[in-house]
Amino acid sequence: MRDVAIIGVKNTNFGELWDQALRDIVVEAGIGAIEDAGASGKEIDALYVGNMSAGRFVDQEHIGALIADYSGLSKNLHIPATRVEAACASGGLALRQAIMSVASGCSDIVVAAGAEKMTDVGTEEASSALASAADREWEGMAGATFPGLYAMIAKLHMHRYGTTSEQLAEVAVKNHKNGYFNPIAQYKNIITVEDVLNSIMVADPLHIFDCSPITDGASAVVLAPAEIAHEYTDTPIYIKATAQASDTIALHDRRDITTLDATVIAANRAYSMAKLKPEDIDVVEVHDCFTIAEICAIEDLGFAEKGKGGIVTANGETSIGGRIPVNTSGGLKACGHPVGATGIKQAVEIVTQLRGDAGRRQVEGASYGMTHNVGGSGATAVIHIFSRER
Amino acid sequence: MSSVPRFWRNLGSRYNLEGTRCEECGNYFYPPRNFCVNCRRSGQIEPYKFKGTGEIVTYTLIHAAAEGFESQCPYTLAIIKLDEGPSLTAQVVGDPEKMYIGMRVRSVFRKLGEGGERGIIYYGTKFIPADA
Ligand SMILES: [Zn+2]
Repeated sequence: MRDVAIIGVKNTNFGELWDQALRDIVVEAGIGAIEDAGASGKEIDALYVGNMSAGRFVDQEHIGALIADYSGLSKNLHIPATRVEAACASGGLALRQAIMSVASGCSDIVVAAGAEKMTDVGTEEASSALASAADREWEGMAGATFPGLYAMIAKLHMHRYGTTSEQLAEVAVKNHKNGYFNPIAQYKNIITVEDVLNSIMVADPLHIFDCSPITDGASAVVLAPAEIAHEYTDTPIYIKATAQASDTIALHDRRDITTLDATVIAANRAYSMAKLKPEDIDVVEVHDCFTIAEICAIEDLGFAEKGKGGIVTANGETSIGGRIPVNTSGGLKACGHPVGATGIKQAVEIVTQLRGDAGRRQVEGASYGMTHNVGGSGATAVIHIFSRER
Repeated sequence: MSSVPRFWRNLGSRYNLEGTRCEECGNYFYPPRNFCVNCRRSGQIEPYKFKGTGEIVTYTLIHAAAEGFESQCPYTLAIIKLDEGPSLTAQVVGDPEKMYIGMRVRSVFRKLGEGGERGIIYYGTKFIPADA
């Protein structure tokens, strides 16, 4: 297997992009990443696109071909283009497929993109599409919503470990603070714990401010074999690990409701592949689709003892300047959560941090970064570790 | 909510808590599985009708309803561990203020939700406090 580096990155703005179609935003991200890499379209060997549900959001399938076409990679170049789907982990999985394609020697320069255009349908239709990441027959048909599933995780976490609504709110407060310094973030407003607690209840104990929003957005990265990465950029960022794990589709079938075993297993695989420990990681983007999800994630990734995620967050240990800054991009909560794009956006943020280009949200001296992307209520987890040094 | 055949296909399970059991390893499955996750190809799956008693593992009061469940909002959704072992997701009927983790419950037959434009009403299994 060859070492792989990221040589170019780009996010579109995240938000309600009413004047842009799905193909427009992916092309903007893809071309931006290729430009950032100083590469040309002719050099691209393959394209992977993470997308969860364009069929329901914009009534369009065959996304790989569509994006290759509108990126100018089809008509004359005929490059292979593949759509990758794993619900909200589609982006992370597209990155993983792209890495494997370069590592194996099948391709040299590969684009991994992710995109979702969620605001062309109403909130109800969007919520229903998102609920299809869970078990439609045995969760959805009982009346389960996505926030409802995470609310049940939160309820048991609070019961078992004494986690409080205030601690959940601290996740949202921190991520909005980080989003304030991220130019592409959907929400750049500072909020308080009281704002979260006073917002409307969606599924007890989760308020609307405990939930990530519905977002349009696209992200892309360009990969190259490590040996030639320096021909494109002075600051290649190296992939030290790519790992993935599965778990039961339904929350009720899990070994433990408050632990995402897929995260634990994928993290163990990633740490062992990179020969690193949680203490070595300087900055991490975790999958905070709900505030409770960030608390479980930092526990399951080894950054906090099980049950202590809330306390660690309230203590400021996951803030910029703290022991292990989490979600410097603003996370899914404030940066936004265009589901298929999220896993790639996380990689863009970590590359930006490791290059030292993150401006007001820069984690000083960051050498190792991690991304954690989850599908559904935890049936898929995809984890990557990145390094400034090869 | 969903297409009629898709719901009707599992009617026995939805109405009567009919699941399965692997004769090889003794594990019970609800929702039913026709392939044992422990024994895989060497498993031997038989039908099994659950007693319908169990306890609340965790729960939530849903204020933003799933499609087809708007008329029941707010409603309590729970993960219930059946006494035979497996857990399932179902609604619990009763005063949400009086529900708690570990509460004993039993199954009842109730209206579940309404389906789309044709207004079909779906029935299925919900739970009530065991002493009710
Ligand atoms: Zn068995």
